[in-house]
Amino acid sequence: MTSATTEATTEATTEKIASSTSPKTVTSDKRFKVLNATMKRHHYQQDALIEVLHQAQESFGFLELEVLEFVARGLKLPLSRVYGVATFYHLFSLKPNGKHTCVICMGTACYVKGSDKILTELEQKLGIKVGQTTADGEVSLMSARCLGACGIAPAVVFDGEVAGKQDENDVLATVKTWQSLT
Amino acid sequence: MNREELLNYQAAATTQMQQKKRLHCCTAAGCFSSGAVAVKESLAAAVKTQGLEDQIAVCSVGCLKLCGQGPLVATEDALYEQVQPDGASALIAALNGQEEPENLPIKCDRQQPFFTRQQPIVLENSGQIDPEKIDEYIAVGGYQALYEALIEMNPSEVIEEITRSGLRGRGGGGYPTGLKWATVAKMPGQQKYVVCNADEGDPGAFMDRAILESDPHRVIEGMAIAAYAVGADSGYIYIRAEYPLAIKRLQKAIQQAKRLGLMGSKIFDSPFDFKVDIRVGAGAFVCGEETALISSVEGKRGTPRTRPPYPAESGLWGYPTLINNVETYANVTAILREGGAWYANIGTEKSKGTKVFALTGKVKNTGLIEVPMGTSVRDIVEVMGGGVPGGGKVKAVQTGGPSGGCIPEHLLDTPVDYDSLKQVGTIMGSGGAIVMDEETSMVEISRFYMEFCRDESCGKCIPCRAGTVQLYELLTKLLDRQCKARDLAQLEELCQMVQEMSLCGLGMTAPNPVVSTLKYFREEYTGLLRE
Repeated sequence: MTSATTEATTEATTEKIASSTSPKTVTSDKRFKVLNATMKRHHYQQDALIEVLHQAQESFGFLELEVLEFVARGLKLPLSRVYGVATFYHLFSLKPNGKHTCVICMGTACYVKGSDKILTELEQKLGIKVGQTTADGEVSLMSARCLGACGIAPAVVFDGEVAGKQDENDVLATVKTWQSLT
Repeated sequence: MNREELLNYQAAATTQMQQKKRLHCCTAAGCFSSGAVAVKESLAAAVKTQGLEDQIAVCSVGCLKLCGQGPLVATEDALYEQVQPDGASALIAALNGQEEPENLPIKCDRQQPFFTRQQPIVLENSGQIDPEKIDEYIAVGGYQALYEALIEMNPSEVIEEITRSGLRGRGGGGYPTGLKWATVAKMPGQQKYVVCNADEGDPGAFMDRAILESDPHRVIEGMAIAAYAVGADSGYIYIRAEYPLAIKRLQKAIQQAKRLGLMGSKIFDSPFDFKVDIRVGAGAFVCGEETALISSVEGKRGTPRTRPPYPAESGLWGYPTLINNVETYANVTAILREGGAWYANIGTEKSKGTKVFALTGKVKNTGLIEVPMGTSVRDIVEVMGGGVPGGGKVKAVQTGGPSGGCIPEHLLDTPVDYDSLKQVGTIMGSGGAIVMDEETSMVEISRFYMEFCRDESCGKCIPCRAGTVQLYELLTKLLDRQCKARDLAQLEELCQMVQEMSLCGLGMTAPNPVVSTLKYFREEYTGLLRE
């Protein structure tokens, strides 16, 4: 393994660094503690970067610069490396999402069964492009590369719940309920 | 655990399973999204209110294969489709022998070719056992192949058996598995790794997801046997984040195996140690390429590198690494149990065994099928799949995802094996089979795949990074009817350039959907020209 020998020392110093360099965030925001615990669980190993970023995104919703800096310090990696990884993978988002997310699966099976029409219709009705959030911050529209739910194509994910055999009207109806809730 | 303890454990688990009549609720992702959990809960509640808890067990099982008709519930002699929670009491009444109770969900014909033409090896336990219970896996003979390997065989005998079986890599490449294992085994050094590639990125493919959700221990046992054979003591499963249920079940399986001492140090009191870690991807298709996957496991950007050196020589952190696909590992236990010769008897001369396909698109029966190699595409699509719903005509079948091609209607009699599919200009791929009917525009499908590759290109090498953008633009221009004949010629030239010059498999195969549709549906392209 990579850094088995330096594990113990890394752990001690990192905690010190983490708490000394960014006192405001670390003391005032519990989410940083959760993130630090995740890094600790991985023994501050640098190869756990992607796992740590997953946790960061889950806690914070997206990866703001402050979070990336915190992770870089924790794992003793250059910020450029952390930023490089965060921007490489599609699932990491560097900007906040809307309150609700609607992910249209654009895998081949869904596409053949008309998911492109659902997407176009939604883009039109919501007045945003895929990857954007409505001005009121309610709905983020996204697309996915195959959810593996091809048996029930076309599939759409509403706030993490997969729904199958959808058409434009079904999806619009669900999205409408979100917007009218506010 | 020793042999006797394993057999005792198996006997106890089997008795446990046979004590009650079983209602099998499919809770794999397809049915899960159609409301399978509510169905299962309502069945359990009905069993409880009728006081039948000591007679009927409501079990959560893996994929029951006909995913398009979920939620599915199976009893010993019937399969019900599109089951709703309110059908629970009728189902229980039917299980107790009542004929045609009211509200009984639709009974699915198990004698139709979709089921009868299947030959489950990889999926033998799928839909039979609860994937979250190691007891049920052991009850059906789980971990006995690992015992055999560790105690009765030496590593080279294991490799010989795999070589004899003729198993080839199920991720799509079709590299002989035995040879790959032997190469890693021969490498010097104490530290080696085994990696399971579960980054099933091809859109339209969900075989690996189904295997992991239905029978996770099978894959772990296969990896452990592989590790023993090549001399590794730890492994990684690289799985895409889009499969949360599969991840959850794998985590559970690993915990259970550890608790029973089937993973960890000195397994079956032999000197063999083995542990597995899960690495969750973050949505990059290119990470299915083995060198990119290695980078990603190491926590870096998932960019591929040139080969050689192959991972067998220099993989994870520079150590020799065996990388196989989920389905490849899932074949291992059956091969050790039944023997390599038995496996080699199934399939064709050069492609042995069975292959799992995810049958989707414009086809009546969508779902998961496992057929012997050599079955014709027509049998799969028209006989098993039931053809296009509403009686339309099949136009083509796409296999291999963005790296594959189309099989046109007149070639549907092509047998599915690695070499025949290659001959008609596509690849086996990981096993997605997407049926397209007359309504589907082949140029649009080509552009769809090119958009996919353009977005998924990692950007490291120029032919792929810039080539896919240019190809996408040309296809868009063509669909906008702005292309002249010379643009089409340029399209073809560029396809060839990208294929020949790209660094990794993603770029090398990105133009395949265009090349293959140009070959068989050229008139669709020329029909869009401006003059």
